[in-house]
Amino acid sequence: MSDPRTPTGEGPGLEPDAGLEPERYELREGLPYHFALPRRGFLQLLGGIVVLVAARDAYTQESGRETRGSAAENDLAAWLHVAEDGTVTVFTGKVEVGQNARTSLAQAVADELHAPIESIGLVMADTDRTPFDAGTFGSRSTPYMAPQLRKAAAVTRELLKELAAREWGVEAASLTVADGKVTHAETGRSAGFGALTKGQKLVRTLSGDVPLTPAERWTVAGRSVAKLNARDIVTGRHRFTSDLGPAALGTSELLHGRVLRPPALGATLASVDPADAASRLQGLWLVTDADFTGVVAPRTPVASRALEVLRPQWTQPEQPEGRALFDLLRKPPENAREGRRGQPHVAGSVAEALPKAAHRLESTYTVAYIAHVPLEPRAAVADWKDGRLTVWVGTQRPFGVKSELAEAFKLAEDKVRVIVPDTGSGYGGKHSGEHAIEAARLARGVGRPVKLVWTREEEFRWAYFRPAGVIDVKSGADADGRLVAWEMHNYNSGSSSIRTLYEAPHQHIEFHPGRSPLRQGSYRGLAATANHFARESHMDEIAATLKLDPLEFRLRNLKDARLRAVLEAAAERFGWAKAVNAPGRGHGIAGGFEKGSYVATAAEVRVEPSGAVTIVRLVASFECGAIVNPRHLESQVLGSVIQGMGGALFEAVEFDRGQILNPRLSRYRVPRFSDAPPLEVVLLDRKDLPSAGAGETPIVAVAPAIAGAIFAATGTRLRAMPLAPKGVRS
Amino acid sequence: MESVPFLNLNVNGARRRVETDPDDSLLLVLREVLDLTGTKYGCGEGQCGACTVLLDGKPVRSCLTPAASAAGKAVTTIEGLEENGRLHPLQEAFIEADAMQCGYCTPGMIVEAAALLKRTPNPRPDEIARAMEGHVCRCCVYPRIVEAIQKATAKGPALRGNGARRTRP
Repeated sequence: MSDPRTPTGEGPGLEPDAGLEPERYELREGLPYHFALPRRGFLQLLGGIVVLVAARDAYTQESGRETRGSAAENDLAAWLHVAEDGTVTVFTGKVEVGQNARTSLAQAVADELHAPIESIGLVMADTDRTPFDAGTFGSRSTPYMAPQLRKAAAVTRELLKELAAREWGVEAASLTVADGKVTHAETGRSAGFGALTKGQKLVRTLSGDVPLTPAERWTVAGRSVAKLNARDIVTGRHRFTSDLGPAALGTSELLHGRVLRPPALGATLASVDPADAASRLQGLWLVTDADFTGVVAPRTPVASRALEVLRPQWTQPEQPEGRALFDLLRKPPENAREGRRGQPHVAGSVAEALPKAAHRLESTYTVAYIAHVPLEPRAAVADWKDGRLTVWVGTQRPFGVKSELAEAFKLAEDKVRVIVPDTGSGYGGKHSGEHAIEAARLARGVGRPVKLVWTREEEFRWAYFRPAGVIDVKSGADADGRLVAWEMHNYNSGSSSIRTLYEAPHQHIEFHPGRSPLRQGSYRGLAATANHFARESHMDEIAATLKLDPLEFRLRNLKDARLRAVLEAAAERFGWAKAVNAPGRGHGIAGGFEKGSYVATAAEVRVEPSGAVTIVRLVASFECGAIVNPRHLESQVLGSVIQGMGGALFEAVEFDRGQILNPRLSRYRVPRFSDAPPLEVVLLDRKDLPSAGAGETPIVAVAPAIAGAIFAATGTRLRAMPLAPKGVRS
Repeated sequence: MESVPFLNLNVNGARRRVETDPDDSLLLVLREVLDLTGTKYGCGEGQCGACTVLLDGKPVRSCLTPAASAAGKAVTTIEGLEENGRLHPLQEAFIEADAMQCGYCTPGMIVEAAALLKRTPNPRPDEIARAMEGHVCRCCVYPRIVEAIQKATAKGPALRGNGARRTRP
C-alpha cells in the first residue's frame, strides 16, 4: 500500500471512484426520488485578458458520480479575467461555506499578481460561469486550487508585462509589477492593469509548470487578511440561499414549498388521494409525482399547515432497534453499493508476533452517529425558464448537484445551472442534492420559481449522519515499551487515517463496511476522528499498562518528525512535564495526522464526584505547511476543536425502529459558549512545505485527549464516543 | 382560504403595514413579507438564537414571537443597527476580531450582544458567555465572538448612544 501521507485520488487515470474515501457513502447513493417519466458556450469572452488553467495538472479531476459533464468543462480548473477597467475576476468551482476559501484564494491571486486584494473578485460555484470542480471537501482548496490560481495569476502578470513592453518599446524583463501597476523604472512610465488591457481580447491557456513565489516571499498571503465579505455578513446583507427573495433573484414572485415526509425512516408513500387533497388545498398547489408529494404556497406556514391536512397512506417496513446498532455494524452491508472495503494493510505477521509480545492488550471502541447541524438548513430555490433549470442551492458539490438534477429530470447537462451562494456551513453534510431536486420538482409542478428550506427537524431526520462505528484494536509491546504488533479493524465508520504513524513491525489494519441502519455520509475529517479516537486511546491504554507516561510512550514509538513536532509543541505550551494528575483532575494528550496536516491536543479535565466533567483547558498545536492566513487558520483550529468537543463528550443521534428520537436542538446538544474552555492554539509555520488544508484535521485528536484526561482523573477508561453525555459513570 | 388581516409594525424606525395570518411569527413576517433576511431561521424553537431581534430594546426569539405581539413596539433587526452607513461598534468589532466563519449565526449574535452591552457596558467574559448561551455558532468560533464583544466595549461611548462613533480604520 502507498505511504499513508500520500493524498489519494488526486492523480489522473485512476479507476472510477478510486479517489473517494469509502465513508463518503452519500456520494454512492441513488437519487432520492424516481420521478415518473415524461421525459455551452462555456466561455463567453469579454474584452480584456483571460487566462485559463488546464485541469490536467490541476488535480481537480475526480472520479465518481460527479464526473458527468462535458469534456471541455472538465479540461479546465479555473480561469482568471482582467477586464478593460482593470478589475480582476477569478472563476472557481469551489464554494464558500465558512472555511474562508474566498479570502484565502483571493490572497493567493493578489500575491502572485502583485495587486491589492481589494481589486480581486471571486466568482465561485456557478456552473454556467465557473469550471468543473468535483466539490469542496477533503481539504483540497488550499493544496490544489490555490496553486492553480497562483499559476494563472503569474501568467497574467507576465502577460501584462509583455503588453506594456510592446506598447512602450522596452524589454519585458526591465519591468516590475507592484500594487496593480506595471512600471518601467528607467523611464518612470507606469500603467494600471486596466489601461494595459484596454482593447485587448487575449486568451491564454496555461498548462505545465509556472514558477511561483515561494512562501518566504509572500506579501498578501501569509497575512491575516479579514474575511472578504465580512461587512455583508455583519450587516445581514449577505444573501444565503435561504434568504433569496424575488428582488434578489430578479423574479416577479417566489413561492414557498414543503415536502411531505414519511412518518418513519424507510417508509414510502403508498398513496395520497389527489382529489381529496386538492379539495383541502384551495389556493395552493399540490405536486405529486410517483413517491414524491409536496405543497407550494405563497408563504411557508401556509404550505406547512397544508401538509398536515393531507391524508397519505404509507408503507412502513420493519426498522432495526437502536440497541442493535453495534451488532449491525459488524455485519456486511446488504447493499453492494455501500460495500467498498479496500485492501487491508498488512506488514509482517501479527498472528506470529502478538503471542510472543511481553505485553498484550485488546479493546473495542465505538462511535455514535452524529449530526452536522449546519445552522443554515438545506435550502434551494428553483426556477424553470424555457426548458432550462436554474437552482440556487447550499451545497459543497455544485457540479455534482447539477448532474443529479440532470439525471432526475432527464435533462441534458447544459440545461441545468447550479449557483451556490456563500453558504451557512456544511462540515461535509451538504454533499447531496436532494433539496435541489425537491425544489426543482415543486417549481416544475407550479410553473413558477419555488424556494424550499428544510426545517431543523427535517435536517435531523432526513439528512445523513456521520457514520457510527465499532473499532477493535489488538496490540503487543515489548518490555522496553516498543510496539511489536498492531491490529485494528474498523467496522462501518470508515478508513480515513486508519493507518498508524507509530512504528510497529507487524501490522494488520482493515476497514469493514457495515450494515448501517441510518443514512450516513461525510463529516468533517471523515473517519479520522473515529480512528484517532481508537488508536490514540489504545496508545494510552498500553502506556498505562506499562506504567509509562502517555507522551513518552508515543514518542518512543514515533519517528515521524512532523507528528513529533506537534506533540512536543502542544506538550510544551501545556506544561505537560509539570502536569500532575490527582483524583478528580487529570491530563491527556493525543496527536494525529490527516489530509497533509498534523495536530496534537492536550487536555486538562476536572471530574466531580457526581461524574460531571469540566474541560479546564485545552492546547492544540497544528502544522499544515506554509500558513496562508494565520488569523483564519487559528479560527479554523479553535472552531474545529470546540466542535470536536461536542462529538467527544455529548453528541449522539438516538434512534429506534425508524424514529430519530432527538431531532431538535432542544434534544440534541451542540457545544455552546459555556462549553468553550480556555483554549490555546499553537501554529507551526513551515514555509518550506506546501500549504495543506486545515478545515478538518484539528478535530481528530480532541476526543482521545479528553478520554486520556478522564482516565487520569478517575481511573475509568471510556471507550465510547460520546464519552460522557451524562457524566462519567464508573 | 384564510382571512388576511393587516398589522402595523414599526421596524427599524419605519412604519410597515403588512398582511399577516394571526399565527404568523415575527420571523416569518420579517423574512417572507418584508424581505428583511438578516434575521435567520435556525431551529424554530428558540434554541439557536439566529432569529434574535430587539423588541423595545429587549432581545426576543422572533421564531417564537407572534407578529401580532410586536404591534406598537419598536422592532430592531440587524439591518437596523447601522446608522447612516456607519457600522454599529459591534459590527466593526466582529469584523476586526474575525468573529465569524460561515456567518449565518452572526446577525443574531450581534443583536443579542447589542442588548447585552446596553444593560452591561463592560461585561466580564463569563457574563458574556451567560448572556450569549442561547446562541449557537456551529462553526464554534465562540472565543472569537467573546473577543469581539469585549473589543466593542472598548468603543464604549457609542454603545450608550450619545452619537460618538469611531469611524472604521
